[in-house]
Amino acid sequence: MKPGQIRGTGISILMYVVLLAIAALQFLMAFSNLTTHQMLVRMLILAFIEAAVGVLFFMHLWTEKRTFILFVLIGIFAIAAMQYGWTDSFRLVYCGEKCS
Amino acid sequence: MIAGNQPMHMPGHSGELVEQSPFALPSKKLAIWLFIIADAATFAAVLVAYGFIRNADPNWPRPFHSIANVAPMTFILLTSSLTMLLGVQAAYAGKKKTAVRWVLFTAFLAAIFALLHIREWVGLINEGLSMSKNPWGGSQLFGATFFGVTGLHLLHVIGGFVVLLYVTARYNSGHYDANHVETAGLYWHFVDLVWMFVVPLVYLLNFSR
Repeated sequence: MKPGQIRGTGISILMYVVLLAIAALQFLMAFSNLTTHQMLVRMLILAFIEAAVGVLFFMHLWTEKRTFILFVLIGIFAIAAMQYGWTDSFRLVYCGEKCS
Repeated sequence: MIAGNQPMHMPGHSGELVEQSPFALPSKKLAIWLFIIADAATFAAVLVAYGFIRNADPNWPRPFHSIANVAPMTFILLTSSLTMLLGVQAAYAGKKKTAVRWVLFTAFLAAIFALLHIREWVGLINEGLSMSKNPWGGSQLFGATFFGVTGLHLLHVIGGFVVLLYVTARYNSGHYDANHVETAGLYWHFVDLVWMFVVPLVYLLNFSR
């Protein structure tokens, strides 16, 4: 962040309220009658939205150069791809004939 | 002379002797971003492994009966991100005393969070939870995964607390500038974001209604 790019206090507080609201939604969801799988999916979607808001506005990624934003997005994609890769490797190793 | 992010020039030479920093970022800021990406890989692996174990076992224990502890912890951590942001903004605006106050308040919130977390751990340990067994029946992996995931995050919070105090002291004495405060802030926001994934996976999914 450069001095000329400092966002106002107003937008910071607004984003803070947005994050609090999303967190509150997650807590409310815990009291619902959803199955574990349904709850997991919904809560993770909300967590990713929270993370995106935090990274863009609290960590100021939005004000960085486009090439750097692309660099971070590629990094996130690589991490996500690794999670798919190693978990699926375990599945292939341990599930035996069921995989074929 | 190399000043900050500027390339080095020599008198009589028009060419640059040092290439510009990648993405035109200060080196320490680029370094903390690289650290954050690497640390995100660690947390992602731990949380995904936990998610698989949790979903694979229908008899996973649900020991949390109330959100009275985790909700205030989440509120404190989110608020600490805002106070850190206000500290960084004050530092860039040249308001040194205001910046120091906000960052110290962030460190205070970090300490409160860590104490609440440790109090929760002590409560669960007193109920009989350990790394290898749990008193509620079901999967015996609960203790290991719970202490593993939350312990890794708590370690980051305690590390962040120390970093915040150190950077504030150096900034206050004039050794560090606003860039250093922002670098510490980036790390602190990351610790906050990780908690947003820990809460639903470790606490809310194991909440007994």
